[in-house]
Amino acid sequence: MAETKEQFEPKIIGFLCNWCTGAASDLAGTTRAQYPPNVHPIRVMCSGTVDPVYMIKALLSGADSVMMGGCHPGDCHYVSGNYKARRRVAMLKQIFKSLGLDDNRVWARWISASEGPEFAKFMNQITEETRKQGPSSMANDWAI
Amino acid sequence: MTKSVTLSVKDGKIREAVNSFLKELFNKKTIDAMLVPLAHPAGTNVVQALVTKAVFVDKADVFAPVMPVNSARLIQSITRLTTVDRKTAVVLRPCEMRALIELAKLKQVQLDKLVLIGIDCPGAYAVNNYPKFAAEKKSDDFVKAGFQWAEDTMLRTGCQICEYPYPLTADITIGMLGLDPSKQILIQANSAQGEEILSKAGMSLEIDSDLAQKRQTAITKFAGEIKERRKEFFEKTKREIGGIEKLSKVFAQCIKCQNCRQACPVCYCRECFFISPTFELDADRYLRQAEKKGALRMPSDTLLFHLTRMNHMGNSCVGCGACEEACPNDIPLLKIFQLAGSEVQELFSYVPGRSLEESLPATAFKEKEFEQIGEK
Repeated sequence: MAETKEQFEPKIIGFLCNWCTGAASDLAGTTRAQYPPNVHPIRVMCSGTVDPVYMIKALLSGADSVMMGGCHPGDCHYVSGNYKARRRVAMLKQIFKSLGLDDNRVWARWISASEGPEFAKFMNQITEETRKQGPSSMANDWAI
Repeated sequence: MTKSVTLSVKDGKIREAVNSFLKELFNKKTIDAMLVPLAHPAGTNVVQALVTKAVFVDKADVFAPVMPVNSARLIQSITRLTTVDRKTAVVLRPCEMRALIELAKLKQVQLDKLVLIGIDCPGAYAVNNYPKFAAEKKSDDFVKAGFQWAEDTMLRTGCQICEYPYPLTADITIGMLGLDPSKQILIQANSAQGEEILSKAGMSLEIDSDLAQKRQTAITKFAGEIKERRKEFFEKTKREIGGIEKLSKVFAQCIKCQNCRQACPVCYCRECFFISPTFELDADRYLRQAEKKGALRMPSDTLLFHLTRMNHMGNSCVGCGACEEACPNDIPLLKIFQLAGSEVQELFSYVPGRSLEESLPATAFKEKEFEQIGEK
């Protein structure tokens, strides 16, 4: 049974860095900020450790969007991990664009440990935007 | 400034002229060994061989239109454990040379004591098609027909849209772009090592010769034309394969044999992620994956494999087409990889194999770039 857009609950995989965006998610939780539960977080030590293969795998195995959360540029706990992550996201988005795949389903956001409210705001934004986009065709093709 | 010598070709015998030049390098003891394509005795292939006796150079056929493997891989095998201890010349096509430079940046080859000899490359046919050609024609006929990337439809796709049919980093170039190779071939020294070897071989180098300038003019003209042709080609490719439905259709025939990865000169990992324990799942994991969509294509992760390869190696893709050649099911991999590859390379203004000094995009960054990513 096909889900209608109203019923559609997006599945989103988030790779959150341990030091900033991951900590911000904790802060959002402890301050009881309200946000939708659609993003399934995976904590990583640094956004720079996220190989694009995991983001693609998420999108091909059923995620409607995928996000990478890291420290603000210049603030990486490991000095330059997020700059490298930024390049990888740029490459991934470009490859998707080149091949006619939907690169708007690949997100990145730099949220620091103190930005709990921003984290909650972003969770709302990514969930709503993905809801608007509807179910991903990549996510639903078994034969890929 | 160019430094070059003119090699005159007698009676239109191009292969003989080139071979006698290569042999001279041996005879004058400027080099001790040479990796060079030799005609296979069967007559149906031309294969790279590591030659230590000058007499074998007579069998060389560097312009024969076939490239069974990208030789950068072979040099990787030769220098994996140690550097070569004798001066070894390697005669390479431009795409092989560019792959070699990429591998050097990836610390997979050691260039010490190697002499890079590059050729202006009129392209190659698929290994399967070469016997048909060889039954009727010789490499000289092919070279005399001139550079005809757009016209000769039997040429491999990669050759038809080749952006750099001339070497970018050679010590010595065997040049013929814009020239009449049945009369003259240009031997150009592009580095101190190249100059030293040519002088030692008794050749007096001419500065900015007419022939060298003629070739340079031809290269500049070609560079303008190819940009347009590639643009058109990529637009067409996007119409053919763009979008998940069409992409899924293209890769429907993939059996995930991973021959493309094996043949790819720049895909360098000793153990590929896709044959690592990450993909050794137990039965329960397979079943749980199947449950996600109700059915799981087996072997699993075919599209993931190709998309990942593009992400990992797209920046270093030299467009040699070895992947497409290796595919048992004729999936047009070159098109897809060059489309995605050239567009990511553009993102970083990176040309794979252009220079040893240029760092690989994935290993470098700038503070001010892609600033829209990660912000609102």
